[in-house]
Amino acid sequence: MATPSSRPELKIQPWNDPQAVPYISIERVTKKFGDFVAVNDVSLKIYKKELFCLLGGSGCGKTTLLRMLAGFEEPTSGKILIDGVDMAGIPPYERPVNMMFQSYALFPHMTVEQNVAFGLKQDRVPKAEIATRVADMLALVKLAQFAKRKPHQLSGGQRQRVALARSLVKRPKLLLLDEPLGALDKKLREHTQFELVNLQEQLGVTFVVVTHDQEEAMTLSSRIGVMNLGEIVQVGTPKDIYEYPSSKFVAEFIGNVNMFQGRMIEDLPDRVRIESPELGGTIFVDHGVSSAPDVLLWAAVRPEKINISIEKPDQADNVAHGVVKEIAYMGDMSIYLVQLDSGKVVRVTQPNAYRHADDLITWDQSVYVHWHPSSPVVLGE
Amino acid sequence: MIAKAESPSGQRHSAGAQLILRVLQQFPPYRWTQARLLRWGVRGRTAVIAIPYFWLLLFFLVPFIIVLKIAFSETQIASPPYQPLFQWAGDKVLEIKLNLGNFMFLFEDNLYWKAYLNSMKVAFISTLLCLLVGYPLAYAIARSRSTWRNVLLMMVILPFWTSFLLRVYAWIGLLKNNGFINNFLMWLGVIDQPIVMLQTDFAIYVGIVYSYLPFMILPLYSNLEKMDLTLLEAAADLGSRPFKSFLTITLPLSMPGIIAGSMLVFIPAVGEFVIPALLGAPDSLMIGKVLWTEFFSNRDWPVASAVAIALLLLLVIPIVLLQRAQSAEARGAHR
Repeated sequence: MATPSSRPELKIQPWNDPQAVPYISIERVTKKFGDFVAVNDVSLKIYKKELFCLLGGSGCGKTTLLRMLAGFEEPTSGKILIDGVDMAGIPPYERPVNMMFQSYALFPHMTVEQNVAFGLKQDRVPKAEIATRVADMLALVKLAQFAKRKPHQLSGGQRQRVALARSLVKRPKLLLLDEPLGALDKKLREHTQFELVNLQEQLGVTFVVVTHDQEEAMTLSSRIGVMNLGEIVQVGTPKDIYEYPSSKFVAEFIGNVNMFQGRMIEDLPDRVRIESPELGGTIFVDHGVSSAPDVLLWAAVRPEKINISIEKPDQADNVAHGVVKEIAYMGDMSIYLVQLDSGKVVRVTQPNAYRHADDLITWDQSVYVHWHPSSPVVLGE
Repeated sequence: MIAKAESPSGQRHSAGAQLILRVLQQFPPYRWTQARLLRWGVRGRTAVIAIPYFWLLLFFLVPFIIVLKIAFSETQIASPPYQPLFQWAGDKVLEIKLNLGNFMFLFEDNLYWKAYLNSMKVAFISTLLCLLVGYPLAYAIARSRSTWRNVLLMMVILPFWTSFLLRVYAWIGLLKNNGFINNFLMWLGVIDQPIVMLQTDFAIYVGIVYSYLPFMILPLYSNLEKMDLTLLEAAADLGSRPFKSFLTITLPLSMPGIIAGSMLVFIPAVGEFVIPALLGAPDSLMIGKVLWTEFFSNRDWPVASAVAIALLLLLVIPIVLLQRAQSAEARGAHR
């Protein structure tokens, strides 16, 4: 799977380059609706040609942040700069930004063509140029033959593409997308994800996408900003966020994770040992953690990084005995819920690398779960 | 068959309805009636629709046919003041005398043409004024906070709680030479002579706009209220200023509401009688007044009926337009 983070131009990773100038700077932005704080002191830098995802559950403030970029809401405090220009007091119709709405917001009384041409007409682009640009855009989103249809005569996927064409036709430097794939079914969504990424690369537009779907965020983005309760809790590449979550919330929000509560018993710069009654043993981590010893903490281990075996493995740490309680056969992999002797239930996934790979392990079987010392991530409360 | 409790239309019923049906089906009259109705192709659902249609047939179509019949008959000084259309001439001959003279008369005497045209003009201008006053009102109500919305709507509907006639009479008190408005303006010193307002066309317009404004506001409100506001955000996002967005998005999308409201004002305003009679000049030419004069003063029922029929035909066109607009709106709702 070609994730965008492996795209060549983003190998440069402007966010790691101190010389790079951010295209969008959000500086300590807060938005209050009455007493409710929707966005709380958010600072964020987004670079040119990035596909940045704002990821979070409903009500986390991600849409409010997007609407502030579009100009539909003004920040209560803080500053938003786009391409170096302070956006305070600039109405949406004067911003160099276009938005694709979650509901698509297509004009129902206009044809597909008129919908796409609307933005260009506002800029008083000459008629001939409007016609060619609209035709080019419709060809790009493969809707040329639907130009004369009204939105209600189109399928959900087609409407989504009209909305995309309408927001891209003005060649914005920045495109905001609010749950762009939310209304599509699963198969169409997967297909459209890659189309969206390809289009973004082709046009070199900066995308800021709001989504609640972590899988979508992982596939699309160059970087993800995880939001919770109006705050950005972590910013990083999909890989960073998945492999090195900075908090318990992020670890649990992105993918599945097993959390073992424990107490630091050995804290060295290059390795850590944690005693975890929940595991019924010790957790050995082969990298250092910045934490004071003797503090309650959590070791997070992803299900796919846990191995399951019938015989006791030859290791003293990172191993526990348990009984298989549930097996879910998913085709490409199987999910096992193993109840440890401590009573804690651990989720383990194993790829079905060959046929009947899962046959050895059955319900109520006594098994050992174990993992490599590089796998756990140690998180504070 | 009886135990299965299936209705003839094959519909499934709730337990209670099934029990009632099962009991009913034990009675021979029920089964007899049902079998008889079914033979004619009548099912329960048909009957439900049939009742209101029968009502309309009885109380709208039948009187209309009677009026139509009178319109084709001749006057006579008797009671009723018209000759019968059909007459048994004896000798197995049914005499049908269709008198087209009443309709011809409408064309010959330009009083009727003028009255029709004037009524149309008055109704048209009143509709336009209602639209100009009603649209901003409906827009404001539709965009107001939801807590205020019902209060504001209530205030629009409130005048209906008083008699229409009473409200028109109240305008006499307001508009007459020593009425409230003139007295107030003279007290302020703005004028030293009362302005003649009562018994003018101005008073007719005031009366019609005042009386029919709610009929304009309500359909407009219901249309504007359900408009998706993200469309305006999308327009703004694409570079359209608020007023331009209103012209290109809000106004075209509210067209069904504009047409519905305009028809609801225009149609009754054309035939309006009370307002021109009470507020207008005695010589104001409106078709409603002409109709009244023909019917009650001249006792020329046939010509009065012909006027009514012609008026109806003139109004059928806007009614068809109204229905088109409504069905377009209904189709739009399925979007």
